[in-house]
Amino acid sequence: MTAAVALEVEGLTTDYGPVRAVDAVTLAVPEGSVTAVLGANGAGKTTLLRTISGLVRASGGRARLDGEDILGMAVEDIVRCGLAHVPEGRGVITELTTEENLRLGGLWRGADAAAVDEMYTLFPPLRERRTQLAGSLSGGERQMLSIGRALLCRPRVLLLDEPSLGLAPIVSAQIMQLIRGLAAERGLAVLLVEQNARSALSIADRGVVLNLGRVVAEDAAEVLAADEGLRQAYLGF
Amino acid sequence: MTRFIDLTLNGISTGAVYAAVALALVMIWRATRIVNFAQGAMLMITTFIASSVIGSTGSYWLGFAVALACGLVLGAVVERVLIRRVEGGPPLNAVIVALGLLILLEAGAGMIWGNTPRSFPPAFSIRGYQVGGTHLLFAPNDTFTVLVVFALAAGLGLLFLRTQLGLQMRAAALAPEVARLLGVRVGRMFTLGWAFAALVGSLAGLLVAPSVFVGPNQFDPILIFGFTAAVLGGLDSPVGAIVGGIVLGLVLSYVSGYEGASLVTLAALVVLILVLMVRPGGLFSTTNERRV
Repeated sequence: MTAAVALEVEGLTTDYGPVRAVDAVTLAVPEGSVTAVLGANGAGKTTLLRTISGLVRASGGRARLDGEDILGMAVEDIVRCGLAHVPEGRGVITELTTEENLRLGGLWRGADAAAVDEMYTLFPPLRERRTQLAGSLSGGERQMLSIGRALLCRPRVLLLDEPSLGLAPIVSAQIMQLIRGLAAERGLAVLLVEQNARSALSIADRGVVLNLGRVVAEDAAEVLAADEGLRQAYLGF
Repeated sequence: MTRFIDLTLNGISTGAVYAAVALALVMIWRATRIVNFAQGAMLMITTFIASSVIGSTGSYWLGFAVALACGLVLGAVVERVLIRRVEGGPPLNAVIVALGLLILLEAGAGMIWGNTPRSFPPAFSIRGYQVGGTHLLFAPNDTFTVLVVFALAAGLGLLFLRTQLGLQMRAAALAPEVARLLGVRVGRMFTLGWAFAALVGSLAGLLVAPSVFVGPNQFDPILIFGFTAAVLGGLDSPVGAIVGGIVLGLVLSYVSGYEGASLVTLAALVVLILVLMVRPGGLFSTTNERRV
């Protein structure tokens, strides 16, 4: 089975002044699959996502979404090409209500109330909190909110930055299963950055290990998880 | 007692003008974290334009409408051309740009319209309402001032809280990066924020012009009072700006009435210092940890 490649990154390079944060990274995420990006703190995982979504300017390389070149486009336009990015720390706007946060996700494409309602069906706890400020939500609810909001953008490619950060293990496991399900049911191409390599690899199809901005390993998730040397050197489990 | 009522009514009316200026400053602060020191000069320009239109057409309301429209455009142009370059940079850069604009506009106005202050007509009669045998220090024009400021504030409140555009503007101001990731055209929202703020500012100019006259420097005190009102209300809160404006208007009216008009500017300064000492976040501060 060969699914179409939704996100294709080639030789992507990002510099912060004299520091090369992302160094010639190449990867491809087919639709309906999850690719985990793993590595220690400072390996360049977050910068990789921020470069793809346009928040940080690349110094070289290519990024294509469904064949269309997105590198160099404005963030707002990349969203319109079908990319949603849930940033580190979830990016929930705490001064707005749950409902306002959700609605924001679909505004650019004129999504109606039914689309918002669909998210309440997907995440029932949010429905009870709809008129409350997002600042009052628990960590797990915030993660649901930020994913639901990203889904309202109706993306083809979903970038997730540390979705399990700060969540209780059981909630974290639920979120991971949810991500797996989103890829399978909606045909999303998911690029998942995680500190928790074990849980990320448990739901991912493929994994990419970064160290100092470079890809040091790239393989099927179960192969990476079984590689004793890699686990000790980079993955910490 | 009549004097107290007079001063109170007068305070509410002048306070409404301060409230409008404060609202303009707060809107820009919320959107772009910049204190617009050029606000006084911007509303001076639009009031001069109104004065010219009224002078040549004889229609007050045409001048009124043209001034508000010019305010919208001026705000948008200032943001796009000048402020866009310093947004997100060190705060001092924006302050310098705003001060530069202030000087430029005041000098330019002097060259175009001259430096001698000229009179400006009120929208309605400025003869105080007659109660019993005496005239109150509150005229139909004051009623208009208070009503139009409150109507505009309420309209903006509805815009921000009830419309999709308002939601996007709030999101852009609160979390620009997240807003962009959700497809909000943040730059456009900032431009709109400046445009609406300048519209409110030009309204304040039209309302206050009959009593201060129109000249390149005639509106400098209004900016100071408006800024004091904005700080009083918390700089971050539109409701605070309105309340701060009215409170300041009342305080200054009592000071002027009971102690003498020469103390008014000093009193505003005292209010400003007191607020900064006692409650630096302002009366309506809810998010004083927002500045990061």
